[in-house]
Amino acid sequence: MSQKELLKVKNLKQYFPIKGGILGRTVNNVKAVDDISFTVHEGETVSVVGESGCGKSTTGRAILRLDNPTDGTVEFDGINLLDLNKKEMRKMRKDMQIIFQDPYASLNPRQTVRETLREAMAIQGVVPKEERADRIAELLETVGLQPYHADRYPHEFSGGQRQRIGIARALSVDPKLIVCDEAVSALDVSIQAQVLNLLKKFQKEMNLTYLFISHDLGVVRHISDRVIVMYLGKIVEVGDKKSIFENPQHPYTKALLSAIPVPDPDHDKDRIFLQGDVPSPIDPPTGCRFHTRCPFATERCKEETPELRSTGYMAEGHQGACHYMELIESGEHQPTRETSKVRQLSEEPERV
Amino acid sequence: MSTNESILEVTDLRTSFFTEGGEVKAVDGVTFDVPAGKTLGIVGESGSGKSITAMSILQLISHPGKIKGGEIKFRGKNLLDLTEKEMRKIRGNQISMIFQEPMTSLNPTYTVGQQIRESYKIHQGLGKKEGSKRAIEMLKLVGIPSPEKRLDQYPFELSGGMRQRVMIAMALACKPDLLIADEPTTALDVTIQAQILELIKELQDELGMSVVMITHDLGVVAETCDYVAVMYCGKVVEYADVRTLFKNPRHPYTVGLLKSLPRSDRDQEELTPIKGTVPSPDEMPVGCRFAPRCPFATDLCHEKLPSLDDVGDGEQIRCWIYTDEWNGDPGVKVYEPERTTES
Repeated sequence: MSQKELLKVKNLKQYFPIKGGILGRTVNNVKAVDDISFTVHEGETVSVVGESGCGKSTTGRAILRLDNPTDGTVEFDGINLLDLNKKEMRKMRKDMQIIFQDPYASLNPRQTVRETLREAMAIQGVVPKEERADRIAELLETVGLQPYHADRYPHEFSGGQRQRIGIARALSVDPKLIVCDEAVSALDVSIQAQVLNLLKKFQKEMNLTYLFISHDLGVVRHISDRVIVMYLGKIVEVGDKKSIFENPQHPYTKALLSAIPVPDPDHDKDRIFLQGDVPSPIDPPTGCRFHTRCPFATERCKEETPELRSTGYMAEGHQGACHYMELIESGEHQPTRETSKVRQLSEEPERV
Repeated sequence: MSTNESILEVTDLRTSFFTEGGEVKAVDGVTFDVPAGKTLGIVGESGSGKSITAMSILQLISHPGKIKGGEIKFRGKNLLDLTEKEMRKIRGNQISMIFQEPMTSLNPTYTVGQQIRESYKIHQGLGKKEGSKRAIEMLKLVGIPSPEKRLDQYPFELSGGMRQRVMIAMALACKPDLLIADEPTTALDVTIQAQILELIKELQDELGMSVVMITHDLGVVAETCDYVAVMYCGKVVEYADVRTLFKNPRHPYTVGLLKSLPRSDRDQEELTPIKGTVPSPDEMPVGCRFAPRCPFATDLCHEKLPSLDDVGDGEQIRCWIYTDEWNGDPGVKVYEPERTTES
């Protein structure tokens, strides 16, 4: 893998204002993404994982400027995307495409596949007019569809086929980076495997870079080189796939991994049950955002926000944002809460 | 099938939807047993008929759908012989159901307390005071903090995980013998899913219920079920105890599902997807429904539908390979355990 930095996100913040009162003033903000930084190298797959509301999809959208980020920089190929105007940004999108979760909602129902693909090529001007028909046939074949499918409408396809059209559209402009936002989540496993294999194949053939946003850790383990774990708008852990799955350091990552049901009845279930739900991102907890549910939380976690850091025994590039990583690892810091019961009648933070 | 006594025996259940395009056989001759006190998983992909099977058990099928035939024996009594009035006494009382989306299955205009009390009023004739007392007990049982306060809250005031707990409290209010859980955790995040699945399991032990767990997630099956029925295109293709199903799957579809599953517990080089897609109802194959996607299919498979046969040890398979009539490769290996490095 080449080590060229393709995408560099620095101190990215995405707040969504909440309007209220008679004057419709901003009364508060949903801090969907709150100061995150990471780098994606050319040709690699970086996954962003986390539960609903952790900001993973918002991160993907902010990078492509589908929403306008509140603060920070997003450098793509050395250019800060947040400095570009609309027209310049549209040009950049030739190199950065997105595949959405729901392929039906993201395809125009009134356009045939041919029209959809032709429009993408025309806007970006990547293929001369006279060659477009051939290119469309070729693209459909690459994603496992037939050339005669070109004149059909989205409703005539199954979910898996529609997702292939979404992929064909993303590939039609010859991009460098594809953001896959829950791209296989809506698909049945047998079809999901087909699409995952396809994505892997294209990456090899075209040296594509993927930012893969998913809540499914099985899929993430299969497709990623590196993994970013998010919780309530913050990165809690980042590292190569092996480190994250086999040597997780942050208590949230550990709980998340232990919660996944494994398709093996003999699997040793050493489960960490987290109490309650994810708190509201409007008024996130102080200090470490995970402290309200963390089995190891102390007073310090309520007050001090932990930064991403690495220690001696962690692999290169593996970082966690927890004050107690080493002490938990060595067993010196023991859980401060029960984690083996699901019916603990502790009061949890109210949802807003 | 199993040596245990069965609480539910479904035989040749057929449910169809009559649409303009003709009859769609959503459930097409489904047969399975639920051993008392155990959990049966019904697993399958979209359109396999697993949810319609569940709805059929409680006769919740509405126009244009219709239960065409078969038998649903609950403690020896055929539910399909009952009148709607008799059925109503069973629903929510002896057999309860929880659904995938707790927000759409709770009534948004009633408080949590009113909805749980309804069960007690209908089935046990309890008044408000006694009903509330029992409702608080139920909310405590499912691990909801400060239940007295929650009683007067509306569903929108609760989080997704809490709503699902309320649904479970409602379903279990009358201590049913059988709980049907239709994708109970699909809409939830994985850390919440872990809580809810464990809760169902603990309550099952405490109350001695039997459970039918309908899911598309093989991980959930491995973790919660004792027996498994794998459905494809409205039919059961394999029925086995959970260990056998995962350690020695026999139907090519089951094997295909397991091989296409990306695992979080170990590294895999490549996924082996099942080729093609589920056939649409109007072009349903005449032979084995899985034949067009099956890597082992012969002419026989394309022409004739295999039956669901006992293959010993309480296991049942619907596949020609395991019959005397098999005319393909006699040494065919449908499943070969892969060598893996466990993490």
